[in-house]
Amino acid sequence: MRLELRGITKRFPGVIANRDINITVEPGEIHALLGENGAGKTTLMNVLFGLYQPDEGEILIDGEPVTFHDPGDAIAAGIGMVHQHFMLVPVFTVTENVMLGVESVRGPLGQQLDRPAARKRIVEISDAHNLHVDPDALVEDLPVGVRQRVEIIKTLYRHSNLLVLDEPTAVLTPQEDEELFEIMRSLQASGTAIVFITHKLNEAMEIADRITVLRAGQVVGTTTPTEATLESLAEMMVGRHVALVVDKEPATAGEVVLDIEDLVVQDDRGHVTVDGLDLQVRAGEIVAIAGVQGNGQTELVEAVTGMRRPAAGRVRIGGQLVKLEPRAILEAGVAHVPEDRLEEGCVPAFSIAENLVLNTYYREPFSNGLQLDREAIQQAATGLVRDFDVRTPSVFNPVANLSGGNQQKVIVAREFSRPISLLIAAQPTRGLDVGSIEYIHRRIVAKRDEGAAVLIVSTELDEVFALADRIAVMYQGKIVDILDPEVATPQQLGLLMGGSRPVGIVEAEAAGERTHVVTSGG
Amino acid sequence: MPVLAIFSALVIGAVVIVLSDLTFFERLRADPALALGSALDEVFRAYGALFTGALGSPSTYVDAFTSGDTARMTQAFVPLSETMLSATPLIFTGLAVALGFQCGLFNIGAEGQLYVGAMFGTFAGFFFAGLPWFIHLPLAIGFGFLGGALWGFIPGLLKARTGAHEVIVTIMLNYTAYNLISWILKVPGYQREGRSDPISKVTLDTSWYPVLIDGLRANWGFILGLAAAVLVSWFLFRSTRGFEFRAVGFNPTAARYAGMSIASTTIMAMTLSGGLAGLAGTSVVLGVTHSLTFGVSGGFGFDGIAIALMAGSKPRGIILASLLFGALRAGATPMQSITGVPIDLVVVIQALVIMFVAAPALVREIYRIRVPETTGLETFSQGWRA
Amino acid sequence: MTAAVKAAPAVIVDRKAIRRQRFLGVAYLLMAAVVAYFLTGDLQGSQTSTFLLKPAGNQGGLDVPSIVVPSLIVVYLAAAICAALGAIQLVRGFGARWAIVLGVVVVAFVFAFLTWAAAGKSMSLIGILQLTVQKSLPITFGALSGVLCERAGVVNIAIEGMLLSGAFTGAVVGSATGSNLIGLVAAALVGAALAGVLAVLAIRYRMNQIVAGTVINIFASGLTSFVASRVLQSHRELNEPTKFSSIPIPVLSDIPILGPMFFSGNLFYYLLFALIGLIHYGLFYTRWGLRVRAVGEHPRAADTVGINVIFTRYRNVILGGVVAGIGGAYFTLGSTGSFVHDMTGGRGFIGLAAMIFGGWTPIGGFLASLIFGFADSLQARLSILNVSVPSEFLLMVPYLVTIIVVAGLVGRVRMPAADGTPYDKG
Repeated sequence: MRLELRGITKRFPGVIANRDINITVEPGEIHALLGENGAGKTTLMNVLFGLYQPDEGEILIDGEPVTFHDPGDAIAAGIGMVHQHFMLVPVFTVTENVMLGVESVRGPLGQQLDRPAARKRIVEISDAHNLHVDPDALVEDLPVGVRQRVEIIKTLYRHSNLLVLDEPTAVLTPQEDEELFEIMRSLQASGTAIVFITHKLNEAMEIADRITVLRAGQVVGTTTPTEATLESLAEMMVGRHVALVVDKEPATAGEVVLDIEDLVVQDDRGHVTVDGLDLQVRAGEIVAIAGVQGNGQTELVEAVTGMRRPAAGRVRIGGQLVKLEPRAILEAGVAHVPEDRLEEGCVPAFSIAENLVLNTYYREPFSNGLQLDREAIQQAATGLVRDFDVRTPSVFNPVANLSGGNQQKVIVAREFSRPISLLIAAQPTRGLDVGSIEYIHRRIVAKRDEGAAVLIVSTELDEVFALADRIAVMYQGKIVDILDPEVATPQQLGLLMGGSRPVGIVEAEAAGERTHVVTSGG
Repeated sequence: MPVLAIFSALVIGAVVIVLSDLTFFERLRADPALALGSALDEVFRAYGALFTGALGSPSTYVDAFTSGDTARMTQAFVPLSETMLSATPLIFTGLAVALGFQCGLFNIGAEGQLYVGAMFGTFAGFFFAGLPWFIHLPLAIGFGFLGGALWGFIPGLLKARTGAHEVIVTIMLNYTAYNLISWILKVPGYQREGRSDPISKVTLDTSWYPVLIDGLRANWGFILGLAAAVLVSWFLFRSTRGFEFRAVGFNPTAARYAGMSIASTTIMAMTLSGGLAGLAGTSVVLGVTHSLTFGVSGGFGFDGIAIALMAGSKPRGIILASLLFGALRAGATPMQSITGVPIDLVVVIQALVIMFVAAPALVREIYRIRVPETTGLETFSQGWRA
Repeated sequence: MTAAVKAAPAVIVDRKAIRRQRFLGVAYLLMAAVVAYFLTGDLQGSQTSTFLLKPAGNQGGLDVPSIVVPSLIVVYLAAAICAALGAIQLVRGFGARWAIVLGVVVVAFVFAFLTWAAAGKSMSLIGILQLTVQKSLPITFGALSGVLCERAGVVNIAIEGMLLSGAFTGAVVGSATGSNLIGLVAAALVGAALAGVLAVLAIRYRMNQIVAGTVINIFASGLTSFVASRVLQSHRELNEPTKFSSIPIPVLSDIPILGPMFFSGNLFYYLLFALIGLIHYGLFYTRWGLRVRAVGEHPRAADTVGINVIFTRYRNVILGGVVAGIGGAYFTLGSTGSFVHDMTGGRGFIGLAAMIFGGWTPIGGFLASLIFGFADSLQARLSILNVSVPSEFLLMVPYLVTIIVVAGLVGRVRMPAADGTPYDKG
């Protein structure tokens, strides 16, 4: 199937997400769509998949113009999509998820589900491409990598000959990436065209036949891995040379501030996701936890900040055992930049001023214990908005109306503005523009230099390498190793994140002996 | 916007009046024009009676003032006084529901809390004899608050501790309260001596809300309602605890992150909400009926939901909305006695008002208005999640 | 059944679960105390309680003997069982078997109560059971209506209003046309119409679903009362429908105990059983059900495979309205025979609780409704038996049971993930 997007423009209130986009995907081609977060890749694919209607332009399949009113039309035309957030019903089995919408039926009324027939085809597809999927498993029990393969089966089950993969590697380990690439090559061999959306340059270079780069909703150009270099792609993508390097002095680590001992935490469904973890963070150093999403990082941070009650273990802050409640931890001098800024970090309906005192509202000078001092709150807010460069007409505007970067700045302003001995930040720059990322990184390093202990959790390896004085690798609820960012390579890190101990790490360990303050049984 | 909502509700109410008159259809067959004319006439008569029943008629005011007779002047104000009287419990229940809304809780139990408050208030009203009014009245009011607070505390506690949804629990407690009342009204010592029907003893006049003007029934309960509105407004928007209430209401996760206790805030909100509904109970038994019967509420608690929705959970709006609903109630009785249109029409109109107020998009569509607006309802929980 | 919740590896239990465990433990001990203290006071050691299992007036069928037990011993035994289970519950809990234990305690408590009430007398146990099914009928219709709506992701708190309107319409149309069947159909249509309003408000206008439901409840209560006092008071002939008569099913109705309970009723009984089977089969074994559940769990996923989320929700809510309308007609056409204002008395809300208790499944909802029906029937029977408990407290029982059930069980059962959330396509 040959797909052509011609002059696609999609507007949302206040933004043009896609502007005059022209892309052609040849049959059997792997076509990478490269761009930063917010460059308009996902919007474009949602247009292609019938989830959005384009404001201008047309879609052609094998030269014929088509209109997709809903995903059903796109599916019927042979387009399959693996969304970034999987579109699977957790309480359904693999078979049920795959057959949903194109159910095999039997019985006199043609209504009864024919699970065995569907199951048989799934097994066939799974075997043909080495997907190793159990058709009877409940999706909620499957690891992320397998869920992704279920999504791929879903599209093949519908006889797709064009497959769109939206940021498929974001949730995978480097080793799982390789497995995915194998699957993609196998599909390519059977004649399927693949659109591979990513913001990772090296992946595009490795797998794609052609690469189209998007920036700010527009096509910057189309190239091939042989013509392009990593540097040229990076420049096309970002528009200016950006090195994710933060200027910082070597750490001068002091006393242990955060001491986690044998911590066990369960997630909402009762699974143990942090499994006997030990970790120490010292004053004046940044420890970054690297790991593939879903290896217990979220629960670890929630437990240490009092948002989730651990099942076992001890947490000492500044040498004291603290009660693991948010306020007690805050009073112990801890700042917390949470992972989900709109869900946890602020009350979007509240004003900027109210959000800036969200966790200190009850103390002097903001409250006398009974009544809020609105004057004092407004004064403090005005100062912080200025100091932290929050772009807003007024401190009385609701935070919901700010951009993502400015929302994060409000949270950072609140957390960084009080004297702290420990900073815990989870995914502090997720989804932000480059300028905001640089700004927040500088602020974090500044806090370190003031003598605070800093614990960062990030799934972005670039960020981990840029910020960390020590890298703690987390895998299946444990810290499997602690690396020195000066010595470690992304490859070593990748292997550790995937649960295997790379050959050659032994030498690195020997060389980086001093970095091994704590290693836990992994 | 609220004006359009009320207007739409009145129009549909008119349709209901016409269609529920069975003779209308016969007349329609005989002479359509005449039938429609007389139907319109009936609607205007009904709404006219409703209006003058609620606010008084202009001619009566003019006559009374030109006559210069104090008694007649007072008499002219009776409808207004009745409106204030009906509005009083509504202010309290409206505040009760609004306080819950602001904290993300849907208190459908104001009705039951009102009854239990009335039960406690009545008890204090007849039991403590020989006290001067300035001690007895506050004591009885306090008892009423306590009763309602107790009835609100239960769902709050269950929600905080077990995750039981307050909507179901408060509805069940409403029915429980009805049965509790019907039981206690037969208990010797609470039931009035020499009566076999369910009615309590008469409360002592030292526990009554004093009237504002001799000859009218409007009393200081109304003033207490206004004071409560001011206090609730201060609490929600100025006090430290109120900040917690609103934070929990808008985003419980962030509230927890900020160190607030969702459990204690939930319990406190339901308790205070119940207490306010209990005060609504006292405003009836200590202000109007002076004894407890099965019919002291007649839906004040449910009207509170409508009022809180209409007012966007803002205390100032609640006073206005309560006066409106109070007027509907005050006018309904004369409407029924003059035109034979049953009082229940008011309930229909109120349901429609809530519907139009809670779905602004609907009103916008009907009247082709293009203004984005929020309902103030975005806060509270959906589904049965804890 | 694929919606079954997999038992999570229960290494450590969460705090809410521990609280629920304590809550239940304390409740069991309290029940034991109530039994041991209140139910033994006026019993003599020699008294026996007799329970009749053969319906009065039923001459045919098999002969079923009555049960005779020594009152005092049975009551103390029941207290001991409750106390022992309560103590174990408090100390270490029962894990996955909590439901069985809860069942045992409730049965012990109820049996003690019945034994006490029937001490020195004979009580028609079969009468109570028959009434249980009868009382549970409208509750089950309500629960089924809730299942249909909530499986598709729309919270339907308007069941009460739909039952009430169904009752009203059934009575009026049934009387006016002289055909109770037409009355039934009309009731179903009115239920569907109210459901349509709910669907439009909740889906199209994205109104908070609990508010929308509350509006419909108030509206239905107001409108039926209004029309009842404006029209029915002067036209009594419009409120005298012929009731559906009983149709005992041959053979099945002769089965001891179960026959009189389930197979000797009127049309509504068999309609209900058919609906339970149909909805259960439909939800878990057909294409329709798979799609409905997908819409209720993950509407976006359903949308991306070409399922029309909005249409599915409209259709299911309206189907739910039809079921609730039929359930409402039961009040007037199947039970009392004439409309009285607010006659549903919260059965719709109890139906909702039954739906939650039954884990959003038709069969579970029916079993839960039977429990509520039992509480209801006990109340009705015991006031006849002249038991020294004020009837008001017995009347409270169904409501208190609902509160205990909701407090003890929410969090144990898994609701449809997208329940109550409007679907936003963008």
